[in-house]
Amino acid sequence: MNRRDILIGLGIALLVAIILSPFASPHPDGLERVAEDKGFLEKGEGKPLVVSPIPDYTFPGIQNEKAATAMAGIAGTLVVFGLGYGLAKLLKK
Amino acid sequence: MHIPDGFLAPNAWVPTWAIAIGWISYCLKKTRSILNDKTIPLMGVMSAFIFAAQMVNFPIAGGTSGHLLGGVLAGVLLGPYTGSLVIAVVLSAQCLIFQDGGITALGANIVNMSLIGTGGGYLIYKLINSIWSGPAGKKIGVVTASWFSVLLAATACSLELAFSGTIPLKVVLAAMVGVHAVIGVGEAIITFLVWSYVMKVRADLLYSYQLMGVNHE
Repeated sequence: MNRRDILIGLGIALLVAIILSPFASPHPDGLERVAEDKGFLEKGEGKPLVVSPIPDYTFPGIQNEKAATAMAGIAGTLVVFGLGYGLAKLLKK
Repeated sequence: MHIPDGFLAPNAWVPTWAIAIGWISYCLKKTRSILNDKTIPLMGVMSAFIFAAQMVNFPIAGGTSGHLLGGVLAGVLLGPYTGSLVIAVVLSAQCLIFQDGGITALGANIVNMSLIGTGGGYLIYKLINSIWSGPAGKKIGVVTASWFSVLLAATACSLELAFSGTIPLKVVLAAMVGVHAVIGVGEAIITFLVWSYVMKVRADLLYSYQLMGVNHE
């Protein structure tokens, strides 16, 4: 995989994060739906044990909801790329 | 299917954390011997893509949504061990940065979506390949394994919830399997489309090709 391949691959991931994620369905996912229907959703609604910098994929300080999601997507995609790449590099050292 | 903190009792999250640590350690060891200079960046790119794709919830019936888990996708593209690591990286980042999935439940989430989703999904893919060889077998393998990986992850999730005393098994299992049977169709479609695309443009990067020593670069 050369530099060009990396840029194309990362570019596709970023496009998905920027263009598609703001239009994701806001409905609860399968597990949340079941938790709601079966009445155990509130068990998971306590105080979070770790403080997350970007809770619920909404970048803090951005008013526009879609822009905040897209920004969270960009940040996450780049961080996760770095983590995956970094881990692979470390393993090969 | 990311379990938040509070859903699982210690009798479920402690052992699943232990299993997750064991699985990750094993995958790290195996990956070390598989990775090469060409595939190192692929691990970063796949992690990034699966993270981004998981953000895109697609609607299913009844005011519910689903999203790609990506276990089989990572498994067929990178192999079961490296693929499992990719999913674990994504799950960890989602938990720590985005509050998606709890820290106590991270072990269970890794067991469900990495060990079972990728490892188990890959086994199903290979099993189908051994019965039905050739390109058709690969296609059927990818589609079937993707669907089953979601169902198996949902089943494991149900067992963990029941074991925690959160909800009786027969109540949660029927509901989880029912909704994920539909979400799994989305998983199968997305996995097939992305896998077909990579096969078309860069088949040389695929795990099975590397094992055969075919490399076009």
